[in-house]
Amino acid sequence: MRKFWRRLGRPLLGYGVKVIALLLAVSLVAFLLVCLSPVDPVQQYILGLGTAISPEQRAEIEDYWGVNEPPVERYVHWLSELLRGNWGESALYRRPVLDIIGERFVNSLALMLCAWVLSGILGFVLGCVMGICQGKWPDRLLKRISYLISSIPTFWLGLVLLLIFAVWLQWFPTGFSAPIGVTQENVTLGQRLHHLALPAITLSLMSFANIALHTRQKLIDVLNSEYVLFARARGESTWTLLRRHGLRNILLPALTLQFASFAELFGGSVLAENVFSYPGLGSAAAAAGLNADVPLLLGITLISAIFVCVGNTAANLLYGVIDPKIREVAP
Amino acid sequence: MRRCNRRTQLVLLTAGLSLLLLAIYLVGALIPESAYASDYLAAKLPPSWEHPFGTDSLGRDLLMRTLKGLSISMTVGIAASAISAVIAVLVGIAAATGAQWVDAAINWVIDLVMGVPHTILVILISFALGRGLKGLLIGIAATHWCSLARLIRGEVLQLRSETYIAVSRRLGKGSGWILVHHLLPHLVPQFFVGLILTFPHAILHEASISFLGFGLPPEQPAIGIILSESMKYLSTGMWWSAVFPGLLLVAIVLLVDRLGDQLRRILDPSSAQE
Repeated sequence: MRKFWRRLGRPLLGYGVKVIALLLAVSLVAFLLVCLSPVDPVQQYILGLGTAISPEQRAEIEDYWGVNEPPVERYVHWLSELLRGNWGESALYRRPVLDIIGERFVNSLALMLCAWVLSGILGFVLGCVMGICQGKWPDRLLKRISYLISSIPTFWLGLVLLLIFAVWLQWFPTGFSAPIGVTQENVTLGQRLHHLALPAITLSLMSFANIALHTRQKLIDVLNSEYVLFARARGESTWTLLRRHGLRNILLPALTLQFASFAELFGGSVLAENVFSYPGLGSAAAAAGLNADVPLLLGITLISAIFVCVGNTAANLLYGVIDPKIREVAP
Repeated sequence: MRRCNRRTQLVLLTAGLSLLLLAIYLVGALIPESAYASDYLAAKLPPSWEHPFGTDSLGRDLLMRTLKGLSISMTVGIAASAISAVIAVLVGIAAATGAQWVDAAINWVIDLVMGVPHTILVILISFALGRGLKGLLIGIAATHWCSLARLIRGEVLQLRSETYIAVSRRLGKGSGWILVHHLLPHLVPQFFVGLILTFPHAILHEASISFLGFGLPPEQPAIGIILSESMKYLSTGMWWSAVFPGLLLVAIVLLVDRLGDQLRRILDPSSAQE
């Protein structure tokens, strides 16, 4: 029991405290930034109502929202409501923030998951090819492409793909997550995937370069080692070498890196969703920012921080699994 | 003709690249507003000799707008990356030389900034400062210092364990003197390379945030704004307004990336003998 506590319990508890402190700090910073804003959320809310309003009614709304209270009190109030599951009501969509986030998070998650898996596989395979052909033309060509693609802005790549595949070739629809005029229940999985394809491809093209270059370097390190030289001397083919010595050493670090890139993934999805008018969290974030929808903006910020946190936690856990040195030192 | 050695070639190439970038910047900055005034008779023209990039929906010449936009983007990029490089140096030195709690606090702040996706954070900051150039600049500067700060912290930590620092300390020099005379000179190349390599990121972020509608006001000819306008007309076949400005942006980013790489090689002492 004592051993268990020392090896697993205490680090876990420490990590939990750290994560909670980080999330609290994110909420505090986000709240402060929103407080600083010169945009008046009450005015935006009233504009959104679309009807004229008397000063008394305005005062009532202000009272209800607690605009005139000091910021500290407002923060504590907001946070306690947040923990109770009341994330406020979106001024833009006129619905509880948590509902909107839940609904859109599913869409975003589908997009990000597809892009994540796609970019992981693509990056890993290309990285292996580059590593095996080190210095030859496939390596040089793919390296060029990887560098080139990391200099291209996500939204522009999205625009060009949209132009080629949706406008000229008309293989894919130009936007949204379902055909227009079809109710939510009648959308088939095929249609969903059809709408998902182009944003997911954009997003994965943007992020495969990192993993490919990393895998290439790792594989070259492995292939230059003496045990690989010995294996070669024993007469193992390149494919066997890759399978027996390469993959074992490079698969987990690549996966770790992929988990650690959740922040870029989310940031990229904001842009990709806006280009393709895909109804996910990213497009909601931009809309919330432009329309001064404070509760929704704060909610999305928190969700994105939690999302990144999950990725980093997974990466940290995997580090422990891969590297016995860290595993031994950690407790 | 005598052949130059590799280092001279590298220096010449770097000078050429910097001149090219400077030229693009100056051309963009010197374009008068009349060059991209709207001309409704010449709206939505495809690329021709008169308008190499075509014209947009209001008949403005896209080449002129793009060049102007690039110079604005470059100004924002330079300012933002300079600010973030300065922050990175200060923070990195403070973390490496300060007390343990300073180091812990700085690492925690870095974790915090890295813990929220940059795009969301810039949207928040831009929202807080009421959109416009100021919010954009501060937002980009505030999100780009982290990795450079970590790099500089590591560098300073390594430098501090060198023998000559220990000797200097034994000779009775104060830590301020050591900082100015021993540490800072070592960080100068790091600072410039970091600054130039942050620059492409800053430009790309500027374009993305303007594209989303935060940042520069819509009447400014920024690249992000041109591209977000082009999106509305994409389905009507105005491909040139989306393709060319983006291509030019990518070209600039590649050039700056190249420049940073070469500068690093020039400043790297181990390549001095080539």
